[in-house]
Amino acid sequence: MSDENATPDDADLSRRKFLTVATAATGAVGAAFTLVPFIASWKPSERARALGAPLEIDVSKLEPGQMITKSWRKQPIYVVRRTPESLAKLGGHDGNLKDPKSEASDQPAYAKNDMRSLKPEVLVLYAACTHLGCLPKQFFTVADPAMGADWPGGFFCPCHGSRFDLAGRVFNGSPASANLRVPPHKFESDTMLVIGVDATQGAA
Amino acid sequence: MAASTDTTAGKTGFRAWLNKRLPVDEFVDSQLIGYFAPKNFNLWYFFGSLALLVFVIQILSGIFLTMHYKPSEAMAFDSVEYIMREVEWGWLIRYLHSTGASFFFIVVYLHMFRALMYGSYRAPRELLWILGMLLYLALMAEAFMGYVLPWGNMSYWGAQVIVNLFGTIPVIGPGIVEWIRGDYGIADSTLNRFFALHVIAVPFAIAFLILMHLVALRQTGSNNPDGIEIKAKTGADGKPLDGIPFHPYYTVKDIVGVGVFLLFFCGVIFFVPTFGGLFLEKPNFEPANALSTPEHIAPVWYFTAFYAMLRAVPDQQMGALLMLLAIVVLFFLPWLDRSPVKSIRYKGWISKLALALFVVAFVALSYLGLQPADGLYVILARIFTAVYFAFFILMPWYTSIETCKPAPERVSYHA
Amino acid sequence: MRKSVVIAALGLALALTSSLGFAAGSGPHAAWMDWKPGNDVSNIASLQRGAANFMGYCAGCHSLKYNRYSRVAADLNIPEEQMEKLLLLPGTKKGDYMISPMQAVDGEAWFGKAPPDLSLITRSKGSDYVFQFLKTFYVDPKHPNGTNNLALPGTAMPHVLSALQGLQEAKFETVEKTVDGAKVSESHWQSFELASPGQLSAEEYDAFLRDTVNFLEYAGEPYKAKRQSLGVWVILFLLVFTGFAYLLKREYWKDVK
Repeated sequence: MSDENATPDDADLSRRKFLTVATAATGAVGAAFTLVPFIASWKPSERARALGAPLEIDVSKLEPGQMITKSWRKQPIYVVRRTPESLAKLGGHDGNLKDPKSEASDQPAYAKNDMRSLKPEVLVLYAACTHLGCLPKQFFTVADPAMGADWPGGFFCPCHGSRFDLAGRVFNGSPASANLRVPPHKFESDTMLVIGVDATQGAA
Repeated sequence: MAASTDTTAGKTGFRAWLNKRLPVDEFVDSQLIGYFAPKNFNLWYFFGSLALLVFVIQILSGIFLTMHYKPSEAMAFDSVEYIMREVEWGWLIRYLHSTGASFFFIVVYLHMFRALMYGSYRAPRELLWILGMLLYLALMAEAFMGYVLPWGNMSYWGAQVIVNLFGTIPVIGPGIVEWIRGDYGIADSTLNRFFALHVIAVPFAIAFLILMHLVALRQTGSNNPDGIEIKAKTGADGKPLDGIPFHPYYTVKDIVGVGVFLLFFCGVIFFVPTFGGLFLEKPNFEPANALSTPEHIAPVWYFTAFYAMLRAVPDQQMGALLMLLAIVVLFFLPWLDRSPVKSIRYKGWISKLALALFVVAFVALSYLGLQPADGLYVILARIFTAVYFAFFILMPWYTSIETCKPAPERVSYHA
Repeated sequence: MRKSVVIAALGLALALTSSLGFAAGSGPHAAWMDWKPGNDVSNIASLQRGAANFMGYCAGCHSLKYNRYSRVAADLNIPEEQMEKLLLLPGTKKGDYMISPMQAVDGEAWFGKAPPDLSLITRSKGSDYVFQFLKTFYVDPKHPNGTNNLALPGTAMPHVLSALQGLQEAKFETVEKTVDGAKVSESHWQSFELASPGQLSAEEYDAFLRDTVNFLEYAGEPYKAKRQSLGVWVILFLLVFTGFAYLLKREYWKDVK
């Protein structure tokens, strides 16, 4: 700077420091607020949320022993109508399971029971293997030759060989360590299953 | 220069570690603190830094728009409405971008007018001016292609008219038009390639040109409202007597400019985002329709001056050529001005009148380009086109014969 | 001096451009072209009435293809139980876009032109236009519908709201003009006269249209009210920031003599 120009005294310097901090702080607050819309724009959009609305399934159309695959919020969901025979078999192999009481697994409170379901015969599961996310295949036949003589019927994941029973509980010796997850669901009427909402919480 | 060569001296910790590897402090010392700018900058000198600010706004909002936009004939229009309604805060990001486009031109036009007024294009800043002109051209290309993307009816017909301009090139014209479109009309292929150019190629070119523009500015130093070289008068320390370090003096000043600019910018975004149909035109809220041309077809306001010139000529080829010349002639400005002084402050009355008439002509042409091309409007457009070109063509004459005031030795500045 | 040159130049340019505006208007200016709805998108009660009007009188033929029922209900403070009664058309879900049950082909067969989607009508034509259009239907036996319209002459849309507005007759004045040496006669609209009254008085009908246009303006830009209320805070914040920045600048520039 040229020598013609003045140098500030101490009072000016402290005022200068205060104003620098004030301007910088206000600017930082402004920048932070500016970031909000940009970050929030990555949230699921109105369309994604509308498409992810709860899914209604009429389970009376399912025959006993039949399974359907549905997609809710981009995730495959299995809905199985279990037969009385397969339900009866569920208690028989607790010793072979990693988490028979579903203590360390992820499910709504109303599905944390022996059947892992609201209604005993209707099983609702996220169809993603808890190991690495492949779709377990259905092997519902008791003592299926591919699965061995003591097979009670259930799911087998083709990717890494995890095995689950007909309540989605994982067998010992599987790479997966938790039972298949259960999505929030409720029954609007006796036969109308709604996936994506709880009776208690409303829309998930 | 205040910067010592060893910028790590006396520094410890991270700062020393960093500066050994990346010359951060050296850059700040030499480019900001060690860069001396004339102390007499006025209001007109805000628009350079503001243009840079708008560029950053456009890049940032543009990146986020590309995350939701679909560059296809079938989905483009819907995806813009999707952004406006269903993406959280999408409306704000889109208005930032659409308003930013218009403000880019407002700021750049004022920046260019500043250069015209104070002779900032004169030697030794010819290349600085030419780099700026190239930036203006790149900005025009960027704006035009961006305007096509929402795929409204004005987008479609704007693209149709502008692309057809290339058809006026003798012999190869029709082939070129087809090549640009990639189809027999403005189509999916056109939209898709404009998208690629708009979001990747042209922004890169603009960023590079901005860098070159700034490097050239650092080489010559800034001009000022008095149009004299501050480097000519240095003190005992070798620093220009009329210069002050860019940082902190002009950084704090430019921040005020940013604040005032954002007040205007946000005022438009939040209260009049369409700006009465000037920034976002009504027909563009209807999807592209190849079977129906909007009633009044006109480009966005920042192109209308040139559009008015195009329509003022009753011959298609000559009109397109004239429009091109209107921009090309600006490149030659450094060699057309023969005045002994740079700044309008010390030029004679003819230069002052010529510049005033030029501004009137440009504004009037911009207005006329928005109006239907009939009767009185065409005649006026012809008159103002003549005024526009006269400003340049007669410049070597009127700048050399008029009586100028002598430029002062030192800049005029009153604290 | 230099400032006055700039100001004079800009002033001259402005004066010139604004005087040109008067030099060439398109067609004669009629009183109805100044009719404005006077609506306000921040008035939720008006929007609710407008939504009901739209669902009752427009939604049978016109879609709002970019608006979802659920979003409209949320923005207009319509509770979920009421929304099904007020908004939902039979067979639609609350997250659906508001698509009219009429198929485009049917519309074309019945009216000669498919009824347009209205989600952007106030943005492409303006709220004033929609208001004027809905207010200027008049009896015209020459037209297949029996009615015609001032804002959109020859419109294919029948006067759906005639039960509310009643039917009005238009008085035209014939004006002889010479254009390019040839004599042309133009008919200029003079006034409306109510031929058969509807259920609503003129004021009530205006209020009905104000609400309906308001809802359409909302549908064209659902975040408009939010945008404006947020804008006030943004401006106030920027004033504080600019104030600090200005004081800082003034402080530093004390050095510069």
